[in-house]
Amino acid sequence: MIELTDVHKSFGEVEVLKGITANVEKGEVVCIIGPSGSGKSTILRCINGLESYDRGDISVEGLKVDRDAPSIVNIRTQVSMVFQRFNLFPHRTVLENVVEGPLFVKKEPRPQVLERGRALLAQVGLAEKADAHPPQLSGGQQQRVAIARALAMQPKAILFDEPTSALDPELVGDVLGVMRKLADDGMTMVVVTHEMGFARDVADRVLFIDGGVIVEQGPAKTLLNQPQHPRTQDFLRRVLHPL
Amino acid sequence: MKGFWHDAAEFFPILMNGVALTIIVTIGSLLLSTVLGLIWAMMRVSGIKALSMLSASLINVIRGIPIIVLLFYLYFVMPDLGVTLSALQAAILGLGIAYSAYQAENFRAGIEAIDKGQIEAAQSIGMGWWLTMRRVVLPQAVRIVLPPYGNVMIMMLKDSSQASTITVAELALQGKLIASSTFKNTNVFTLVALMYLTMSIPLILLVRHFEKRAGKK
Repeated sequence: MIELTDVHKSFGEVEVLKGITANVEKGEVVCIIGPSGSGKSTILRCINGLESYDRGDISVEGLKVDRDAPSIVNIRTQVSMVFQRFNLFPHRTVLENVVEGPLFVKKEPRPQVLERGRALLAQVGLAEKADAHPPQLSGGQQQRVAIARALAMQPKAILFDEPTSALDPELVGDVLGVMRKLADDGMTMVVVTHEMGFARDVADRVLFIDGGVIVEQGPAKTLLNQPQHPRTQDFLRRVLHPL
Repeated sequence: MKGFWHDAAEFFPILMNGVALTIIVTIGSLLLSTVLGLIWAMMRVSGIKALSMLSASLINVIRGIPIIVLLFYLYFVMPDLGVTLSALQAAILGLGIAYSAYQAENFRAGIEAIDKGQIEAAQSIGMGWWLTMRRVVLPQAVRIVLPPYGNVMIMMLKDSSQASTITVAELALQGKLIASSTFKNTNVFTLVALMYLTMSIPLILLVRHFEKRAGKK
């Protein structure tokens, strides 16, 4: 469904992606792990055209991702994104945040969209917050609204860019719980994360990225429990046993 | 002091005619400068190089010319080019254009102060440039822009007096006419000053209100 072929990307002199080739099947949950600055987030941002890429090819359901082409709107309405810092619209209520895309981009009829918006808020456990403004919510609640906003687009896949990294530790569980339920329901997900427990339990596949290349990939449990490459082993040791 | 109140009562009605024109010039040029300023600012942040450079040069040209010269140009030079404007039209046009440069820089600063994550979130749900501006960026920029906008309003109210140089009989010119025919310079110009101040005070309070609101979040 999402295919990357030999994708290269540089910021000025620094080459952050040095030939990434990967694909994500429909219904699959793929976690991307790796040290900071390894290019994990850049991959996500290239997939929905927030970032351009220099070389190679990215396509979503056969449609080439080109951020300067009109077709990018089509891709973005099919592939939603959840950001590390939530990026909710602070001047609109929670419900308005959720229905913004369907109403103004997809131009769906208001009554249906509002009904769906409320249902999605209930699904992420925030039905009673529909009329609150985002700054009044905790980080965990804001991130769940952001997930509802992504779902409201009725996407074929959702990209998660370190969705729990900006949260207080005790709020991480709620967000991961919502994500796990999505995965169980068959949503296609690409998740950049440092939550190894989530990757082990929920992901079908894990990619370990370092220095702009995929160092190792495989089924989640195999890669996390028996990493083959010394860099993967080293990274996992540091993350799982920081002391 | 007694003489002042006497003169004030006598000249007040005439000066009020001037006040009416002062308000018309201020509001007219405020609206024009707002619209033009928004256009320059949008061109500036459009991401299209030609538009952004055109807007930047326009702003610099406008900023580099004194308002009074701009007014003379519109009122005295344009007729030679076949465009005759009334004094009032020239005043509104001149002040509107002159202030559009400051408005544009103010609007641009407000737009650029919006967190990049907001724009990315808008893009990620498929919004194009204009929809992102209209639904996400501008509503948030308004809060940031309002306090300086209020200050521009106060400056425009006072600078509307420059329209007197092209014969618009607004408050300052009315005062000058009365003063030169009665020689009561002190009383007349004190009254004129008090009348400008009276008009400024509500605006000053408005700016304070804007600042409080903007500071809340």
